Amino acid sequence: MTREQRLARVFVELADTLVARFDVIDFLHTLTERCVELLSVDAAGLMLADQRGQLRVIASSAESARLVEVFELQHSEGPCMDCFHSGQQIVNVDEDQMRARWPGFAAESAELGFRSAHALPMRLREEVIGAVNLFTRAPRRLDGDDLAVGQAMADVATIGLLQERVGRQKDVLAEQLQMALNSRVLIEQAKGVLAERSRITPAEAFVVMRSYARRQKRTLTSVAAAVVDHTLQAAELGAR
Amino acid sequence: MARRIPRTAQILADLRSPAPDAVVSDLPGRLVTMCAACVPVTGAGIIVMSDAGPGAMLAGTDGAAQIMEELQFTLGEGPCVDASTSGRPVLQPDLATTAAQRWPGFTAGALAAGVRAIFAFPLQVGGIRVGVLDLYRDVTGLLDDRELAEALAFADAATAILLQLQSGTDGVTGEPGLLAMIEDRAEVHQATGMVSVQAGLGLAASLVLLRAHSYAAERPILDISREVIDRTLRFDPEDDHHE
Repeated sequence: MTREQRLARVFVELADTLVARFDVIDFLHTLTERCVELLSVDAAGLMLADQRGQLRVIASSAESARLVEVFELQHSEGPCMDCFHSGQQIVNVDEDQMRARWPGFAAESAELGFRSAHALPMRLREEVIGAVNLFTRAPRRLDGDDLAVGQAMADVATIGLLQERVGRQKDVLAEQLQMALNSRVLIEQAKGVLAERSRITPAEAFVVMRSYARRQKRTLTSVAAAVVDHTLQAAELGAR
Repeated sequence: MARRIPRTAQILADLRSPAPDAVVSDLPGRLVTMCAACVPVTGAGIIVMSDAGPGAMLAGTDGAAQIMEELQFTLGEGPCVDASTSGRPVLQPDLATTAAQRWPGFTAGALAAGVRAIFAFPLQVGGIRVGVLDLYRDVTGLLDDRELAEALAFADAATAILLQLQSGTDGVTGEPGLLAMIEDRAEVHQATGMVSVQAGLGLAASLVLLRAHSYAAERPILDISREVIDRTLRFDPEDDHHE
């Protein structure tokens, strides 16, 4: 399958999530995974600015805590930070420049084995609401096609966050952002509950909950809520 | 939710500064007063959550706060009700124009009381729901980005205070202690979940337990949480914990 064909499939898949029962956390998580596939990168993370102007990880293609740390380190420096403040794509920064511009971030990501990092802005008209962060292990330049696809994914993420088109756009976005951020916390708590009950890792617990949510056509957030209030037992989820 | 955001820390410090040995139960009243002074709103109220939904008003700046709380409680509808049950803020800059369809009974009552805009913020940490911070004004209009950020900082401070109140211990009002409760790191949330199963407690009590342990051990709550996740630290029911 050519990349164009795969891209078309991705957009159909993403469009489906917009009309069916919409689960914003699952949608954003899927988006990061598709970024990894379509752009042949090793990790992708989606950062959103909360109302305090802090960049927060809302979804990442891998659940490892250390990887999330590297995304989150960028609340003080890094390509995402620069991207967020400038509204420009921050891409193809070579390693020497990375170390010069963002010493802390460059050291941390190198330790994790990532040699290249890029950031694409999520824009709503004049406002930048976040950024898509891409990492590769080998040094890698993104070409024009890559950037077009990557930016399209970032734009789809922005659209996905705005389900309602009403006059009070700003308020709706603010409400949805807060809810999505809180859903993320709930999911982390549920990972802990399930990890302890089933003696698995929190990362494994995430996979279990997400698989269950998709099989049952429920939102990830509702499954997490049920795990946390004990209305859903580990056995039902298919965890051991 | 906040990481150790300077503004939330500052608010908690300012709340205590008139009387440094203030007990936690004094703080909600001070918070609503300070909030109404820092955010361009007419009044503010904190409503606590119970299992049955939004409940009593814990603190309010004036009579209109009381009226609106009673309205929502009696009618079972309104911005506070929605905010607390959905976990999503409800920002209504123009009640007269947009709210009547959503909450017919409440809107009529609120307008009659002179309220034109309401901003309700759920006080929550993921699945832990402790209440709502309700801001209202007698004129229409949005909160701009700075004002919204300010309101959210007050909501975070209120969340920490309510969690402390829930734990039943009046002590430990120091900011690091309170801020630790709203430390927004994945590991802290995961550890909260794990401890709830280990100790047979709800999430709120588990978070309070983690915080108490971190305070007693004089170590950051993040470090304690990592030990829980690594399974080098457990909180079994027979260990000392607060009921």
